[in-house]
Amino acid sequence: MAIAKKAFVWGLFAAGGTVTAFVFPVLIALFLIVALGNVPEGLQFENIHAFATNWLGKAALFIVISLSLWHAAHRLRVVFHDFGVRMDKAVANAVYLVALIGTVMTAFYLYQI
Amino acid sequence: MSRQPYIRPVSKTTWYMRNGRYRKYMLREVTCLLVGVYSFLTIWVLATLASGSPESWNALLASQQTPAMIGFHAFALIYFLIYQSFDWFKLAPKAMPVQLGEKKLPDRYIIIAHYVAWAVVSLFVFWLAGVI
Repeated sequence: MAIAKKAFVWGLFAAGGTVTAFVFPVLIALFLIVALGNVPEGLQFENIHAFATNWLGKAALFIVISLSLWHAAHRLRVVFHDFGVRMDKAVANAVYLVALIGTVMTAFYLYQI
Repeated sequence: MSRQPYIRPVSKTTWYMRNGRYRKYMLREVTCLLVGVYSFLTIWVLATLASGSPESWNALLASQQTPAMIGFHAFALIYFLIYQSFDWFKLAPKAMPVQLGEKKLPDRYIIIAHYVAWAVVSLFVFWLAGVI
């Protein structure tokens, strides 16, 4: 049981790490481009709204955000330990809870769009 | 008869400062904070889209257009590329070695394949967003 759980958590971590490594640079770059004042055509309200309305767009957004959240949660748990916090159980509950809340929020908003 | 064992004092909070490899490890691990920040920023984007109002969407875009946010996004982009993406691609052949009969596929092919896939994904997203 313990091994099965570990494999599951590790699997989400690795999948999320791969997704973030591939997708987050371009995601951050889009934020930067917007911040610099050039809002590209695809990020105008109608276009981005249409993208998030399409089921393929919804699926892509859900997979990227949820896996990234679980990746970050697992790594943050280890980071707490590395910075000398020795309350693994409480830390694990807290970080996984935040990842769960984020996942539910993502599903909820995508459903609403 | 037993002697007092010598326990080398190691700080629980600053142990990684002793060694360059440990420091690099910690610089990589804290990228999870950026992943968290951008995941929730994207959730905020979804919440704004769900509200269905173009005015709140434009307000969200405007909220990013400050010198502080430009600096933050630029820093995050460079930091993330160096310590998460490029590090992840470098470690990929160790995490997923490809066996070809008796031999292993050389590491550099796996790494190059990751960079190519990354370029394709990035160009595709830029194309979707209308940047290119």
